[in-house]
Amino acid sequence: MSDVLLKIENLRKYFPVKGKLFQKRKYVQAVESVSFQIYRGETLGLVGESGCGKTTLGRTIIRLYEPTSGRILYDGQPIYDSEKKLAVDMLPYRRKMQIIFQDPSASLDPRMTVGEIVGEALDIHKLCASKQERQERINSLLDEVGLNTEHANRFPHEFSGGQQQRVGIARALAVEPEFIVCDEPISALDVSIQSQVVNMLEDLQREKGLTYLFIAHDISVVRHISNRIGVMYLGQLVELAESYELCSHPIHPYTKTLLSAVPLPDPEKSRARQRILLEGDIPSPLDPPSGCRFHTRCPYATERCRSEQPVLKEYGPGHFAACHLLERG
Amino acid sequence: MDEQKKLLEIKDLKVSFFTPAGEVKAVDGISYSLGYNEVMGIVGESGSGKSVEAYSIIGLLQSPGKVTGGSILFEGENVLDFSEEQMRQFRGDRVSMIFQNPMTCLNPVYTIGNQLVEALMCHDKGYTKEQARARAIEMLELVGINNAEKRIDQYPHEFSGGMRQRAMIAMALICEPKLLIADEPTTALDVTIQAQILELMKELQKKENTSIIFITHNLGVVAEICDRVSVMYAGRIVEQGPVNDIFYKPQHPYTKGLLASTPRLDEEGRERLVPIEGTPIDLLNPPQGCNFGPRCKDCMKICLRQKPPFVQVGEGHISACWLHFKGQAGKEDAT
Repeated sequence: MSDVLLKIENLRKYFPVKGKLFQKRKYVQAVESVSFQIYRGETLGLVGESGCGKTTLGRTIIRLYEPTSGRILYDGQPIYDSEKKLAVDMLPYRRKMQIIFQDPSASLDPRMTVGEIVGEALDIHKLCASKQERQERINSLLDEVGLNTEHANRFPHEFSGGQQQRVGIARALAVEPEFIVCDEPISALDVSIQSQVVNMLEDLQREKGLTYLFIAHDISVVRHISNRIGVMYLGQLVELAESYELCSHPIHPYTKTLLSAVPLPDPEKSRARQRILLEGDIPSPLDPPSGCRFHTRCPYATERCRSEQPVLKEYGPGHFAACHLLERG
Repeated sequence: MDEQKKLLEIKDLKVSFFTPAGEVKAVDGISYSLGYNEVMGIVGESGSGKSVEAYSIIGLLQSPGKVTGGSILFEGENVLDFSEEQMRQFRGDRVSMIFQNPMTCLNPVYTIGNQLVEALMCHDKGYTKEQARARAIEMLELVGINNAEKRIDQYPHEFSGGMRQRAMIAMALICEPKLLIADEPTTALDVTIQAQILELMKELQKKENTSIIFITHNLGVVAEICDRVSVMYAGRIVEQGPVNDIFYKPQHPYTKGLLASTPRLDEEGRERLVPIEGTPIDLLNPPQGCNFGPRCKDCMKICLRQKPPFVQVGEGHISACWLHFKGQAGKEDAT
């Protein structure tokens, strides 16, 4: 798995907010200088609390949001480069990169039938020569995600949440993509349905050799589905490692707290363990803290953390973290 | 936990919603009891009736919902017989509730202090205004709000999500109720904030000796805070028992299914999840037999014909499933 599919360098996404008259315009620094790579065929999990920028990052990578600055390379080809002022036409890349959204009912057009929703992508990319071929393709897609062919004539509201999410997945698969951003695909679903969808995503990945960027706030799920996990805090990537390594030997103080906060479905274990509790809430991304963004809540923060921003460095094979405390060893 | 004296006893409670499409039996005959100083977890998926059941205890059921049978005994008195005035005295004073979204419960145009003091004054605890304010500040400090003297005069929108949840807990506990109903109190929060709130609730429960009914769909949260657990499916309790029995010795196929389908942070490898197949039943047309029957992988003929009775499977541990009868005389029509 050394084949890099997607390379992201210093990606930034700022959103302007309305300032008061004569005041300097302010920006929400949703994603701040994030760099990482996604290898072909892997699942990279992205976790973090609400407002940490994980969804924005996912959407910026496939350019649903236009990046503020940075560089994105897909399969070696630049699709965005702020220095060279390069922003390629995305239409051919949309065949390769797709997304599954969190809220299945909001991401399906209520006035289109399921067949039209799934078939729309086939039309845009002119993938089917005849009407019959198109219908067959739609049927086989619905079959792949565990729906019946007669479902093609129904409207989204006639389906349960789990089934709607299956439609969303069928739509993403229609163009035979290589890379799919799964943006909290199961958080809106019931517990017993979640595992059905997780298993289906795993099966599809194996059959089609898909690469996933799996975004979720539930670390247990991400740990289950991902090969590697990246942890985000306030717009920045603070730790990145192979998923078992990250969950068993976290090195960044934020990752440690995050993991210790996850409730375990095991009464004796969960009552026996010692929790690291954080003080306070996440600071506003409008006005992020100086230096390390985590220093306001970090129990080990030093003077250096307040003034100087740590950079992501490798501390073990494939285990990256951004923290000053680790440098001393 | 005193086994003899019960704080709350629910017997065969039935709640229906009369919708234009027909009667929806949201809660279909559930019974349980809660001791003093005990935390009962109620687990279930959306639509299992776990919130509706709690709303009927505190008299907050809204039309078209109606209690159609059973009784709710709170320290021996039937809550369902209370007049509106009695209910108002009962609510907030002896039982209070915290909700998933604190913004729906806090009034945005009053300060936090105003709302806390109001709760005290309404229940006529003999406080003067100054005393009530002092008590409100004390309560805010108890739930871990720093700088309470200043915070008390702020409005809900000036509080962050976790702070609002704390303020709501303060409001719920200010009259020292005997029972606190917590309806998904941490679902809308981030895990690090959820951990803070859970620690706080555990601490307060010990300090104030409050009984808690904790409604959630998160098994991890249940494992952490509850003494006993009721698992609900489609309006019925399918299994009930001490927290360790439910997690280590689950008996009902639905409970087993829920546990097997939950990914765990502490598992060794990446084992494939075992999902519960199918979708939750349509409560408008419930099956004749066991509600879980159509999704159960061990479903037998009798399961589709008749609702299963409760079977004692351990100390204080009951489960409603025909599988417990398997192999017994007269019930051998298994397929």
